[in-house]
Amino acid sequence: MRITNPKDFWAGTLYIFFGTGAVLIARSYPFGSATRMGPGYFPTILGVILALLGLLSLFRAFRSDGDPLGSIAWRPLLAITGGTALFGFLLPHAGLPLALFVLIFLSAAISENFKFGWRPALALMLLIAFCVIVFVKLLGVPLPLVGTWFAGLV
Amino acid sequence: MELLSHLFLGFETALSLTNLAYCFIGVLLGTGIGVLPGLGPLATISILLPITFGLPPVSSLIMLAGIYYGAQYGGSTTAILVNLPGESASVVTVLDGYQMARKGRAGVALATSAIGSFFAGTVATVIIVLFAPPLTEVALKFGPADYFSLMVLGLVASIVLAHGSLLHALGMVVLGLILGIVGTDVNSGITRFTFGFPEVADGINFVIIAMGIFGLGEIIANLQNESIRSVLGSRITGLMPTREDWRKMAAPILRGTALGSILGILPGGGAMLASFASYALEKKVSRTPEEFGNGAIAGVAGPESANNAGAQTSFIPMLTLGIPSNPVMALMIGALVIQGIQPGPSVIIEQPALFWGLIVSMWVGNLMLLVLNLPLIGLWVKLISVPYHFLYPAILVFCAIGVFSLSNTTFDIYLMALFGLVGYILRKIDCEPAPLLLGFILGPMMEEYLRRALLLSRGDPSVLVTEPVSAAMLVAALGLLILVAAPAARKARQEAFREEEA
Repeated sequence: MRITNPKDFWAGTLYIFFGTGAVLIARSYPFGSATRMGPGYFPTILGVILALLGLLSLFRAFRSDGDPLGSIAWRPLLAITGGTALFGFLLPHAGLPLALFVLIFLSAAISENFKFGWRPALALMLLIAFCVIVFVKLLGVPLPLVGTWFAGLV
Repeated sequence: MELLSHLFLGFETALSLTNLAYCFIGVLLGTGIGVLPGLGPLATISILLPITFGLPPVSSLIMLAGIYYGAQYGGSTTAILVNLPGESASVVTVLDGYQMARKGRAGVALATSAIGSFFAGTVATVIIVLFAPPLTEVALKFGPADYFSLMVLGLVASIVLAHGSLLHALGMVVLGLILGIVGTDVNSGITRFTFGFPEVADGINFVIIAMGIFGLGEIIANLQNESIRSVLGSRITGLMPTREDWRKMAAPILRGTALGSILGILPGGGAMLASFASYALEKKVSRTPEEFGNGAIAGVAGPESANNAGAQTSFIPMLTLGIPSNPVMALMIGALVIQGIQPGPSVIIEQPALFWGLIVSMWVGNLMLLVLNLPLIGLWVKLISVPYHFLYPAILVFCAIGVFSLSNTTFDIYLMALFGLVGYILRKIDCEPAPLLLGFILGPMMEEYLRRALLLSRGDPSVLVTEPVSAAMLVAALGLLILVAAPAARKARQEAFREEEA
């Protein structure tokens, strides 16, 4: 037995993980009966279906040919998802302008075309200014301009 | 004339100064974001959704619709000028549109696309006016079992017509249905799958999923194979098609409109399938098929009309049945629910101003597109030439702030980052994530209809096959699945989507 279709293999694994996960968690909710479906009824059905699809996909992984998984784009993946999460963390603590600076710089820095220069720096400043003026001042989104870390300084 | 009074109400609503303004802003923003390479209508609408939430329901939906066809048109502009389809529906526009542009006829190609889209939009609006009300009457007679089966049919059809593996499309739908369960159960008050986070007690906001999977996910995917695109440098001149061009585009526009209008109504259909089908048709009926791929005007006129007609008529199942026929409509339904309106046949009765106002505004929006885009082409070209490495940090910032503004909590930003990761993984293993969104939106409705159907039948699941309407839907769904799983149909399906891979 050899995995000839790795993409199907991982998709199947994913379906089985989420399917059985849904069924297991749904066990703690009242199942009810068909006449009076409890909160556990529908998730259990769906979880079973997803797990079955996963089995089918696993089966296919050994039977059909498929492309290899290919390399994982770690740099963009980490910078974009990690950068976004970091923005979420910094926003209340460091304030919007600083959090934006980190997010923009971090995400831009992974581009192959990234260079230091006055044009990118200007674009960065303009984008921060735009966000502060449009979202905070004009639209009134309650984004903190000064975070809790600097609250004593202002 | 009941129809006339309805239309009058529609014009009154759509032509109010505020709504005209929102329609205009929507079309403008939609086109502006839509022309940016790598941003299709789905990503464009997800990014712009939070702006509309503060508006009254009618204005918000009118603006969203404007964003939708603006984005659609923006995608075509990018396809013609950059040889890069912004979205799946304009994949075939690239084939001949870019060739026309290379021959110095970019202006004519853009004008053809605008004229075709406007004509198709006008016809599709009339079709909605004629067919939506009777369909609503039928839909009002549906029981819970019928609705449940209708949704099953809708989901199955969208799977069949989606490209990529059937199995994984099915998997994505079921995964979406499970995600839709997250939150408080309306009947028992028990919170499900929240892992103790009070922030998701009301369910996950669909904007977070859409932005994470389609916004962030697409940025990561684009960065993996980053390249510098060349935009046509020359100035665009000669917008006006010649007499010869008019003659050549008339029939394709008519055929494209007819094809698109029909395919748009089908669940799972919509713009993409329509444009592929139209291109194939034009190539087949043309007396000079060798011109296709070398800048045939029919290859632009047909698919562009078809995709706009399809985009428009896909509003019919959304407005009358409350069922999304494609992921963009799923977003529209989500937006309606946020506005406190339960989509379905009752909308036309309870919210006539919304229903008719939206329909009339579609036509107004199409007119705006025509009037707006031809003079503004210079501006769009400038926008297209913004390099991607300046663009994506800005997109990221707007996604992050947009998601925060939904309920002013940083939790949603973390959740979006998580869905960005999910989106990347799914793309990596060839699971096209669009059906997930359909499942997510339909999940809670399906559970509720199933619960009611079983309650009425005292727990007998056979009600789904003994109610004639419900049975017919399920048989159709099963038939579709068998048909597609059959080897012959499988080949035809691959054939139909082949142009895209080429």
